[in-house]
Amino acid sequence: MSEWWTYTLADFLLFSPQTYLRLVEGYQRDVWPVQIPTLVLGVVVALAALRGGRSAGRIAALILAVLWIAVAWAFHLERYATINWAAPYFAAAFVVQAVWMLATGFVRNGWNLGPPRGTVDWIAIALIVFALAGEPLLGRALGRAWPQVEVFGITPDATALATLGTLLMARQPGSMALPALWCAVSGALLWAMEAPDALVPPVAALAALALALATRRRRPPQRPAW
Amino acid sequence: MLQRTVVDAARRRLLRALAAGGIATTLRAMPAFAQPAGLITRPIPSSGEALPVIGLGSWITFNVGNDRAARDGCMEVMRAFFAAGGRMIDSSPMYGSSQDVIGDGLERLGKPARLFSADKVWIAPGTRGPAQIERSRQFWRVPRFDLLQVHNLLAWEEHLPTLLAMKSAGRLRYVGITTSEGRRHSDVERIMRAHPIDFVQVSYNVADREVEARILPLARDRGIAVIVNRPFREGALLKAVQRRPLPPFAAEMQAGSWAQLILKFIVSHPAVTCAIPATTRVDHVRENMAVALGPLPDAALRRRLIEHVERA
Repeated sequence: MSEWWTYTLADFLLFSPQTYLRLVEGYQRDVWPVQIPTLVLGVVVALAALRGGRSAGRIAALILAVLWIAVAWAFHLERYATINWAAPYFAAAFVVQAVWMLATGFVRNGWNLGPPRGTVDWIAIALIVFALAGEPLLGRALGRAWPQVEVFGITPDATALATLGTLLMARQPGSMALPALWCAVSGALLWAMEAPDALVPPVAALAALALALATRRRRPPQRPAW
Repeated sequence: MLQRTVVDAARRRLLRALAAGGIATTLRAMPAFAQPAGLITRPIPSSGEALPVIGLGSWITFNVGNDRAARDGCMEVMRAFFAAGGRMIDSSPMYGSSQDVIGDGLERLGKPARLFSADKVWIAPGTRGPAQIERSRQFWRVPRFDLLQVHNLLAWEEHLPTLLAMKSAGRLRYVGITTSEGRRHSDVERIMRAHPIDFVQVSYNVADREVEARILPLARDRGIAVIVNRPFREGALLKAVQRRPLPPFAAEMQAGSWAQLILKFIVSHPAVTCAIPATTRVDHVRENMAVALGPLPDAALRRRLIEHVERA
């Protein structure tokens, strides 16, 4: 693209905020009540991160990978692609992330989770809790209807933030690149739509990534899987 | 041979009768789509065909995906547009679902004969252009486009020969290029001088007047029609000026709103063929189309409007 410096974020906004929110709303209504089991799975991920144990990393990785694929299919490909031609690329990135998490967390059992032993660990837990409960409540506080708010395992931002929290707990900065990139893309979209919470996903992602990089050698080595 | 000639003649008569019947049916079915008297039009320089000075854009506003209620809203906007005498609807493969939403609406409105379909090709490399154009045509549900433009000059060296060949073959009526927000104006000028294009699409309004210096005069010299996009800077210009009351001279222009004032400024430039404001609201499309009914400002009023906006 020539003269790229003359483009603003608004030039890449293909739809109105109303259209986007109606799309999310229609999607949430279509999949209801799947939100309940995904939130339960989110709680399982939070407990795995909190308590740790022999299989905690594998359980969390499996749940997150399945939900990343579900979001890739149900949100990006089935819905978002109807208003954004870039959505199939987002879906592909989500599948890549899912496969990566399966390989590193489930197959290799390389995620060392919980119990929390310091401030960074508690920040990781707080990020997961924020993704599960804070994001929907923030959406409501900003005047969005319940079907328009972010939900873990259903919409991409809450799913990415919970994943970042889990990966921060596991000190897996290499696995955080795509979720952090998504948060940047989403933040840019929200910024272009003049959403007041536009900075939440990118700032949270940047902080999680920075903390993971800064403390990646401080957690004890992975327990043997068997 | 004789038998075949007789059959062909009979078939021609039948087709003429069907066509006449079809037209009559269309006219009966869509009495509201007749052109209102006094609508201001401008000729396309390369053909003389008249176009109303207000068209309909689809950037952002018609990209509503599969939302049925929103699609119904877009169809109502198109219905009001045609009822007010509108002709040109402009879209692009870049605009998400807009092409399909337009095609869906056109079909449900009975494929208005007034339609002047303006679309774009936006893909690289240029070898992929024909496939994209065909996909776009299927979305629009039209037999052929009236106008195809190279969107933002992307791969224009490859697309332009394709479009000109389509025009020569009778599969396209007009060829154009587009840019927006003042980008690549030197390339636009170069193409306007060197290639037989019918249309150029640029951004122009009372606050963004760069094209007045070279592109608009060149369009007049070369006999190229001008489509104006982003007349309200995607709403930002209206937001900026609407804090102030309308200037007293708005009454002289019969402009009842800032939107009408800005559109009147744009289409009063003698080189401009039409402006293509986009909207999701029926009342706004009617307000926009009313611009093509009232008087347009002369040079003195245009200057006063520029001064008024620059003071704002």
